[in-house]
Amino acid sequence: MRRYEPILALVLAAAMITAAIMAPWLRFVLTIALAKGIAVVGILLLLRAGQVSFGHALYVAFGAYVVAFLAPRLNDAVLLLAAAAVGAGILGLLIGLFVTRYRQIFFGMLNLAMSMVFYSLLEKLYHITHGSDGIRVEVMPVAGQALDRVAYEWSIFGIALALAFTVGLLVRLYLSSPMGEALAGIKTRETRLEFMGVPARGVLLSAYVMSAMLGGIGGAIIAMTSRHVTPLLAYWTSSGELVFIAILGGAGGVLGPFLGAAAFELVRIYAAASFADAWQLILGSVLLLVILFAPGGLWGMAARLLGKGGTR
Amino acid sequence: MAEWFQDNGLLLGLALLDGLSSAGLIFLVAVGLNLVFGVLRIINVAHGSLYAIGAYSAASIGIFLSGLGLPDWAAVPTLILSAALVGAILGPLIERFLLRRIYAQEEVVQLLVTFALFMILEDVQKLIWGVQPIHHDTAMRALGTIDVPFGADFIPFTNYQLFVLPGIAIVTLVGLALFLRRTLTGRVIVAVTTDREAASAMGIDAAKIFLLTFTFGAMLAALGGALSSPTAALVPGIGAQTIVLSFAVVATAGLGQIEGAALTSLMMGLGRSIAVYFEPELEVVVPYIIMVLVLLVRPQGLFGVIETRRV
Repeated sequence: MRRYEPILALVLAAAMITAAIMAPWLRFVLTIALAKGIAVVGILLLLRAGQVSFGHALYVAFGAYVVAFLAPRLNDAVLLLAAAAVGAGILGLLIGLFVTRYRQIFFGMLNLAMSMVFYSLLEKLYHITHGSDGIRVEVMPVAGQALDRVAYEWSIFGIALALAFTVGLLVRLYLSSPMGEALAGIKTRETRLEFMGVPARGVLLSAYVMSAMLGGIGGAIIAMTSRHVTPLLAYWTSSGELVFIAILGGAGGVLGPFLGAAAFELVRIYAAASFADAWQLILGSVLLLVILFAPGGLWGMAARLLGKGGTR
Repeated sequence: MAEWFQDNGLLLGLALLDGLSSAGLIFLVAVGLNLVFGVLRIINVAHGSLYAIGAYSAASIGIFLSGLGLPDWAAVPTLILSAALVGAILGPLIERFLLRRIYAQEEVVQLLVTFALFMILEDVQKLIWGVQPIHHDTAMRALGTIDVPFGADFIPFTNYQLFVLPGIAIVTLVGLALFLRRTLTGRVIVAVTTDREAASAMGIDAAKIFLLTFTFGAMLAALGGALSSPTAALVPGIGAQTIVLSFAVVATAGLGQIEGAALTSLMMGLGRSIAVYFEPELEVVVPYIIMVLVLLVRPQGLFGVIETRRV
């Protein structure tokens, strides 16, 4: 199955570009989906170690607010993306030093706590963050080029796609490296890992920092696409959404998060348009059906269709 | 210091009283969540929905019965009965048709199943009760207010919040402790919490205990919601707020710990209401600060037991 990943990724990318050309509103949806996909790859890393962060929206929101705050001073999409990634990475290191001491439910809940603290700060410090009104992000130059709105949106879409590719490739390499294998060892039996002399906490911390950076990148793209950031990005239901997408897509491969994110955003758009009062109900039902009847997620289904069975 | 008390003493007194009543509510919800986690090993995100549905149902039933001429004194018992009703209907439904299918799954998946259920129930609430605030405070008004002496002054406070809420919380705490330690069913629940495999090997019907515990937990969540309904208007989103707070209580208290949940609820209830009166910006943050501080010192929670690491 792993062999097919690059080809499938190209097919998926081609399908996304076609869809974006045919329907401009889809370009917006798919850019958001790619951004969330990148953030969900971070969740996937932690899932490899058997840990679920119920607060990763913290890093997404952080990346988004980095863009919103720095845009007036550092007015370039590429520089802002880098700033968001580095900033989220540093924040991830600081929080990671604390939360990687814990496992399972404590790990999940501490992440949740951190994200809720950040959410409250965004909401309450009105004079800095404009509270729940949020901050508008203007169209900005990309790599020094001043662009009109349509060209700008295309550039961000392109950047998101390119980043998704790079991230997918790098994470694939990482997961098959000794470090990535050790990550899976934390899930199986951490004590044995330590008996072998592998510093389990260090392995988890490095994965945590990476996942924070991925969250920051995803958040920055979301801010540049929706061009409006609100504290809701950090709310715990947004974190739940990321874990939701990870399971929907399937935790077996790096394509899962992107498949999941695209499906999630499309279902949400349709559900919100057709049943304005019941879109959560529909999303929740979809999630339940996937968990109960397609445990490997969309990626697992694709794997079975290709007749290769395994999802590793 | 003395001057500060001169200026802020009354406010502090009010904060303490308020904190006491909200601690009672937090405890009811969190102890249910903790009990369910202890036995089923599932963190039930939908516990917050049960709280919200309990609140809405109690208000609806209260409004309906008042229309039929229910005397005011019966308002509090009505709240309790409607909570028991909600728990008794929804608890077995959720356990039997949903949770029972996923006991063998990974923890992440179990968490997500309850998250999905939470999303579904969130919209079900909106479809049934709409998005307009619902207010029904007969239970609180019927009991009147009391002037609590505080130094030379008096603080007017409702009897409902001063006596009923903490009272029911204390009765629940004591009753639960006695139930778990003195009755056969209670001891079986403790046995399953401590070591599920060993308990099953002894011939305990784990499935029955799971159903019983979950239903009881659902009733406690609904009770928390029902009792909160007279004190504030019901709006969409109360379930989401409640569940994150209960998570914090459970993690701080130590998993499966009843007394720990009581102490933590008290700390968080008081901490939060003191914040409301003195530093409102911090209100939402205080519980998490308490949680982080406690976990820094005691990684297994206040009353938690360190599990042996398997090799």
